[in-house]
Amino acid sequence: MAGRTLYDKLWDDHVVHADADGTTLLYIDRHLVHEVTSPQAFEGLRLAGRRPWRTDSLLAVPDHNVPTTDRAGGIADAIARVQVEALDTNCAAYGITEFAMCDPRQGIVHVIGPEQGFTLPGMTIVCGDSHTSTHGAVGALALGIGTSDVEHVLATQSLVLKKSRNLLVQVEGTLGHGVTAKDLALAVIGEIGTAGATGHTIEFAGEAVRALSVEGRMTLCNMAIEAGARSGLVAVDERTIEYLRDRPLAPKGALWDRAVRAWPALHSDPDAVFDRVVHLDAGVLRPQVSWGTSPEMVVAVDGRVPDPQAEEDPVRREGMRRALRYMGLEPGTPITEIRPDKVFIGSCTNSRIEDLRAAAALVRGRRLAPGVRRALVVPGSGLVKRQAEAEGLDRVFRDAGFEWREPGCSMCLGMNPDRLEPGERCASTSNRNFEGRQGPGGRTHLVGPAMAAAAAIHGHFVDVREFD
Amino acid sequence: MEKFETFTGPVAALDRANVDTDAIIPKQFLKSIRRTGFGPYLFDEWRYLDHGEPGMDCAARPRNPDFILNLPRYRGAQILLARDNFGCGSSREHAVWALSDYGFRVVIAPSFADIFFNNCFKNGVPPITLPGAVVDRLFREVGAREGYRLTVDLRAQVLVTPEGEAIAFEIDPFRRHCLLEGLDEIGLSLRRAEEIRAYESRRRDETPWLFPERCGG
Repeated sequence: MAGRTLYDKLWDDHVVHADADGTTLLYIDRHLVHEVTSPQAFEGLRLAGRRPWRTDSLLAVPDHNVPTTDRAGGIADAIARVQVEALDTNCAAYGITEFAMCDPRQGIVHVIGPEQGFTLPGMTIVCGDSHTSTHGAVGALALGIGTSDVEHVLATQSLVLKKSRNLLVQVEGTLGHGVTAKDLALAVIGEIGTAGATGHTIEFAGEAVRALSVEGRMTLCNMAIEAGARSGLVAVDERTIEYLRDRPLAPKGALWDRAVRAWPALHSDPDAVFDRVVHLDAGVLRPQVSWGTSPEMVVAVDGRVPDPQAEEDPVRREGMRRALRYMGLEPGTPITEIRPDKVFIGSCTNSRIEDLRAAAALVRGRRLAPGVRRALVVPGSGLVKRQAEAEGLDRVFRDAGFEWREPGCSMCLGMNPDRLEPGERCASTSNRNFEGRQGPGGRTHLVGPAMAAAAAIHGHFVDVREFD
Repeated sequence: MEKFETFTGPVAALDRANVDTDAIIPKQFLKSIRRTGFGPYLFDEWRYLDHGEPGMDCAARPRNPDFILNLPRYRGAQILLARDNFGCGSSREHAVWALSDYGFRVVIAPSFADIFFNNCFKNGVPPITLPGAVVDRLFREVGAREGYRLTVDLRAQVLVTPEGEAIAFEIDPFRRHCLLEGLDEIGLSLRRAEEIRAYESRRRDETPWLFPERCGG
């Protein structure tokens, strides 16, 4: 028998039932729940007279709608408040563990899962959120799902799925100084396109991926969805195990020892066959900046805004023209001449402690450039915030003129009051530069944390490799 | 879920690739805890010239005259013809709820993003995938003739053009069956409750650390 990929193994381990045509009932080990995509699922459950199958598989947290300013006064927006209260009520009604808005462990659902050790290798994990792919960084099969499937998993602890194809992204070589997991993620999307991995599960492998910290691997897997893949994966290694050791919800004692003996099998066999393989050389990668309204519209920081005239495909050419109009950019403009009005450091892509450290290292002892109206730092969780404060990072940011906020999704999608005004340009560590994503008419440039921090200090994009 | 067998309706053509779910239904409308009422805000930022907020009376809002759904020729459209990677980005099922609430019963494109594609089936809105060349041709035909209508015959797996030409399409047999019968997928899965319990019991023995009541928390 041919070897199996990591995805094959995770899939095989969770099959409850498979029909001849491949339609499979797949068991789900963990289900993360947030306020935006769950109320209709809980209502559906109630209307059908059903109950959650296994409440101990659930962890809920409000993150999309919560204010990142002082929370003592609750949520000012009445509609958002009702939605967060609905989550509180549903969790109380069914006995589901919730890190409510003022819990010190509250944070972005994809930050707290791994942080708590709720996410473990070898699991299937779902959440009504496309960035669930993040959890694949520890060798778990993690899938973003819609609300109907949230209800399905609540009621049955399983999902009806067909297996996707295997795509290997093999990254050899070493990332240069100042080049991060975010740059690698953007470069992969730039290479294969936003639909490049549709219908596939991506496994990221190779020397450069092995060399990433587990948090860096989360950044990489987080953006698998931006390449069209519902799941991204990285094989388990010693770093994964060390990352999870002693996490609050990770197994302890003899159970931990047993788990640690099992986890190293969670890698693709040497003779495993992938449907597609994409090779990248980490050594030639430069810091990336997106210029358009799709994450595939990305160039290196020392590049220029591309010219639609050079694009042969008419649909793509028109897409580029529309993106440049929306972004207010001219073809040929050097990326380093683009000047952001706002800077956002946060989101499930880049709000973990290493991200904040990387940004703070560039900010220390400096001030926001005069043209930058506002710069937000939004830690991914209450525990990340506390850790950053213990290291004095909050002072570094505040002294430079950044705002230091409470944890949540914030300006990644602007459901709460943190958003761009029409025409405002933002250097953002988030994951989507879609039209209106960060606020109607807002213009997003996706970058890594150090690149965002450097842009805040200089008032325009700069190559962090020349500045630290 | 309502059964879907055959449907005939007017087609609107949205000629851009990578239409994301943020564009289909912007984030401010996701604060609703209901499944209905999203139709007036479908494509809100493209469709209106002002900024939309939940609860607004959309009849009084200024419309973008260039957006396809505001063109008189596409008034009452019920089939949406789109380009590659339709529905990419956020998993928000609100995007399908908005399309359906507006009146769209079918979406046709050369390719769809996975989560959106899946969400469509759960709401009785078949996403129909056709080769790029066929979609190109449909764009030309829809553009050339006002009031262009298509028939979607799910049982026969064909689209029928106004000239009576049948264009075959592929669709997953299980999903087709669920649409044709209007089946509740949760009810179907619960018929396998015993198998789920048996799996669970085996896994508790093999991988006890995956069951949190036995863990540190």
